[in-house]
Amino acid sequence: MPVGIVIVSHSPKLAEGIRDMAEQMAGGMINIRAVGGTADGSLGTNPDAILDALRAADGGDGILVLMDLGSAVMSAETALELAAGSLSSRVVLSDAPLVEGAIVAAVQPSIGHGLDQVSAAALGSRRMNKVNH
Amino acid sequence: MGNTDGLGLAIAERVQAVMAEHAAELTQLDSAIGDGDHGTNMNRGFTAVLAKVQEQPDQSLAAVIKTAAMTLISTVGGAAGPLYGTAFLRASTALAASPEVGTAEVATAVKAALEGVQQRGKATTGEKTMVDAIAPAVDALNAAAEAGASVADALDQAAEAARQGMEATIPMLATKGRASYLGERSIGHQDPGATSSYYILRTIADLVRERANA
Repeated sequence: MPVGIVIVSHSPKLAEGIRDMAEQMAGGMINIRAVGGTADGSLGTNPDAILDALRAADGGDGILVLMDLGSAVMSAETALELAAGSLSSRVVLSDAPLVEGAIVAAVQPSIGHGLDQVSAAALGSRRMNKVNH
Repeated sequence: MGNTDGLGLAIAERVQAVMAEHAAELTQLDSAIGDGDHGTNMNRGFTAVLAKVQEQPDQSLAAVIKTAAMTLISTVGGAAGPLYGTAFLRASTALAASPEVGTAEVATAVKAALEGVQQRGKATTGEKTMVDAIAPAVDALNAAAEAGASVADALDQAAEAARQGMEATIPMLATKGRASYLGERSIGHQDPGATSSYYILRTIADLVRERANA
């Protein structure tokens, strides 16, 4: 199975929008999940919902998680602590920028790359120039 | 501290009331340097905790704290969810390991909570976070345990140390959390997380004092 991707944002709209953009790049070959907002629908992140998204994205060969701000990272880490079994050993929490990282990561599994390569490529998106001065 | 029967439920009731009472103040502190939801989040979280604890009111203190942790993780929404959730999980594990709850056990549990917060938030003292309230409380509890103080006296000293730690966050420059995006603008405001940590410690201290005097 290709590496799965989970997009975590405080805003469900932001997570879903980035997922849609990433899916466009992946051509339907990658399992990309968007998760954001609290249980009652306000802005925030919810470890339980992130854990559900990780399970949904898990094809057995790794999951790259991209997050917006610090507490999304804390919620993702908490989700991994709550996860039973081997799931957490297949997950990489990426320090990549959310939009660029998601676009780059979405292309990688579709060309057969594994979790380490997908993770490295997402991080590499930090050095991409949007504006050439 | 002698008998801890019903203490978990009593703490859940009292902390919920205190968070409801101070929700507007915590949110206002958070609006100055954060995303303006700390009071709302803490009130929502501890309201859910109380409802959960009331379903099984006879649980041990450690079990109640674990229920609180899991409920906060799934309901708070902001950074406080994973942070307080991890803190309470660690405290619960520490308390579950000892049948008697004395000053040394309380000190160990709060120290475990602090370590959980520091691990989850990668924060240390002086960064304008809840660590600045909890770390002095741990020092006070350790000193009280060494001096042979009662749990009620030890918690009282810990809450006072937390209050001083909370006030000491006012001149600090935030380097963690949403406030760190503000840079210099974070100076001059009291940290909302340190404030909620103080309220929790003060509430528990007052409750344990009342039970000791009863």
